[in-house]
Amino acid sequence: MTAGKPSPLAGTLAVQPAAAEAVADTHASVLAAIGWAVARDFRVALRSKGELGVQLLFYVIVVSLFPLATSPSRETLATLGPGVLWTSALLASLLSLPRLFASDYHDGTLEQIALSSRPLAALVSGKMAAHWLTSGLPVALMAPLLGAQYALEGPVLATLAVSLLLGTPILSLLGAVGAALTLGARGGGTLLALLVLPLYAPVLIFGAGAVDAVRAGVSAAPHLSLLGAGLLVALVGVPFAVAAAVRIALD
Amino acid sequence: MAAQNAIDARRLAAQRGHARLFDGIDFSLPAGEALVVSGPNGSGKTTLLRIVAGLTAPADGELRWRDEPMRPFDTRLRDAVAFNGHMAALKDELTAEENLDAWIALDGPRASRESLAAALDAVALRTQRRLPVRVLSQGQRRRVGLARLALVRRPLWILDEPLTALDADGANMLGALLDGHLAQGGLCVAASHQALPIAPQRVRRLELGAPA
Repeated sequence: MTAGKPSPLAGTLAVQPAAAEAVADTHASVLAAIGWAVARDFRVALRSKGELGVQLLFYVIVVSLFPLATSPSRETLATLGPGVLWTSALLASLLSLPRLFASDYHDGTLEQIALSSRPLAALVSGKMAAHWLTSGLPVALMAPLLGAQYALEGPVLATLAVSLLLGTPILSLLGAVGAALTLGARGGGTLLALLVLPLYAPVLIFGAGAVDAVRAGVSAAPHLSLLGAGLLVALVGVPFAVAAAVRIALD
Repeated sequence: MAAQNAIDARRLAAQRGHARLFDGIDFSLPAGEALVVSGPNGSGKTTLLRIVAGLTAPADGELRWRDEPMRPFDTRLRDAVAFNGHMAALKDELTAEENLDAWIALDGPRASRESLAAALDAVALRTQRRLPVRVLSQGQRRRVGLARLALVRRPLWILDEPLTALDADGANMLGALLDGHLAQGGLCVAASHQALPIAPQRVRRLELGAPA
């Protein structure tokens, strides 16, 4: 950080800082922007606990319906389990996506965010991080408990948790692209589902695949590595795509 | 010597869908003056404001800030603009103070607790500052927006119907804020049906015609 820069006005009037300082300044600005968005969205989410509860409850209910509808034999349930736990995580993520940008879009917050001097890609990254902390993370932590209904055991449940911890951030990231693209569109919610669910398919395949692999007694490492790689790629690319989509939506 | 804070608009045109809202709008606004845009409903006042704020691309023409052409979301424009649109941009779940704190922190260093309280006091919201914005009236929400303008240090204010929902006291507060801002060399572009309560010699007018 350059020493004491109290107002953005002063910033525009100041002479160009040296290149190294400019880079340090950018880093600080990016981190400040991410921190700002995480703190704000997290606080708003905690104030509307009902919404968070509904989403988690939705996950619990959907997961619990399958054992009621199919045969209660341990064998069947254990086969179904990973797929059900993962598919329901996809649906729970989808349910929470409109919260990500729609309310900010309708109350004018998104305009202000896009007009701030901080980098928009960093601000939306913070929003996506807060979204994951309040939607993906609780689901990933809840899943091993629910897995017990499906007669899944120790190492399988551990893999389930790890695969969801790696996979749910990808769901938040990909979902954010869809949520930003469908801003302002009529029937945005339905459109969002059609747009996003196919994008979720690879995450589902590798996530549920990892759990199945452990059940079959093989290593889950390849699946988990692919999920990790996917997460890294999404982390790098998605913020810029979302920032561009938000600007288009505001035009 | 750096260029002066000033806006120049040349032949601005706006299109919404297939409809041309306006065409060939020229104006220039030097530091210390306000441009008041008026016109019938649907004449494109908000669109013009959004173009000046850098939110919307003009269909034609050029917007210059400090004598340099600007594209939408230009960093130099974003560093200069404080935009109060017709949406208050307040989070219902947060208190007036938290909302204000968040807005100031978005654009720069955080404001101290005292300055937040003082700014809300200045718009007569001291007793309401710990209440969630959900329970505030429209006029009170507008006042939180005024408190933000007072705290955020930006040279170019863009105000869309700033008098909406404000009572006489609120309008006077807005007038005092604007006068102070213009006296310090700030600029303001506002869309308004009513006359803004500021010194007339600082005001330029732009009348938009009825949509074609």
